[in-house]
Amino acid sequence: MEAESLKAFAAVAAIALGTIAPAFGIAMIASKGLEAMGRNPEAADKIQPSLILTCAFVEAIAVYALVIALIIKFV
Amino acid sequence: MHISIAANPVLSLGPVHITNSMLATLSVLIILWLTSLFATRKMELVPTGLQNVTELGIEKLIGLTNSVIHDKKYAEKVFPLIATFFIFILFNNWFGLVPGVGSIGFNEVIEGKEVMIPLLRAGTADLNTTIALGIIVVVMTQVFGIAAIGVFRYGKKFINFSNPINFFVGLIELASELVRIISFSFRLFGNVFAGEVLLIVLGSIAPYIIPLPFYFMELFVGFIQALVFTMLALVFFSMATMTHDAH
Repeated sequence: MEAESLKAFAAVAAIALGTIAPAFGIAMIASKGLEAMGRNPEAADKIQPSLILTCAFVEAIAVYALVIALIIKFV
Repeated sequence: MHISIAANPVLSLGPVHITNSMLATLSVLIILWLTSLFATRKMELVPTGLQNVTELGIEKLIGLTNSVIHDKKYAEKVFPLIATFFIFILFNNWFGLVPGVGSIGFNEVIEGKEVMIPLLRAGTADLNTTIALGIIVVVMTQVFGIAAIGVFRYGKKFINFSNPINFFVGLIELASELVRIISFSFRLFGNVFAGEVLLIVLGSIAPYIIPLPFYFMELFVGFIQALVFTMLALVFFSMATMTHDAH
């Protein structure tokens, strides 16, 4: 295989494997957060900001994989 | 379609190259300076207009600081730095989304290909800026920690000969401080840069209407990333003042 197509495969593998764990993470945060809001609707205003904030933290891990993929693709 | 990970130099003053993100950062700083100048020019007890908006923002930031750090005096000490981080990162993220930034430029031949070099590029879409911010956070964490509990009690967190387990825990603490620079800088750079790439790619697939929702998402991501950076810095600053034997 030539270098260019190997690079494309590597970039795809990096982002595909790198997003599996954060996907589970965000799913867990959302399910627990919604459960908490359902049990205690008055606390929804307090839960929602931390829900979004933790989502951003988990998403950052996927973004690390994305940065690696972009570096492989464009550098 | 040409995407470059690093910022491109657009001007050179002798040996110093001025990159497009440095120009954008400079423009953001000038905008912020002019805004604060106009907001504080005719200060009134009952604020109106620009002064009102600025005061609202500052009050929200004070509320955020106080919600993490309960010690009033310490909160006042870290507030200027925290507020600077938030405002600087937020406006740098949003500056990259202004139409014309990243799309107006000049052509240059790099490695035999003619590519477009944008004149401006969001400051936080350059790894140098975000690494600088990360280093500031980590260094200031140590400074605040030492100022609060003293050199020896703070140093005990990293170098501890009381028993082998504590010694290795100290080494891990030391490594985690250094890793923090990488996690801080890559999170911010990755989010902003990936957003730009996403908008470029979508714009080349479907130029009209389709990129619009993503554009709004990028506005949201820009705000959230500024908030995340500030929150993490706040949490680290508040953790630095705790003595090691307390937990």
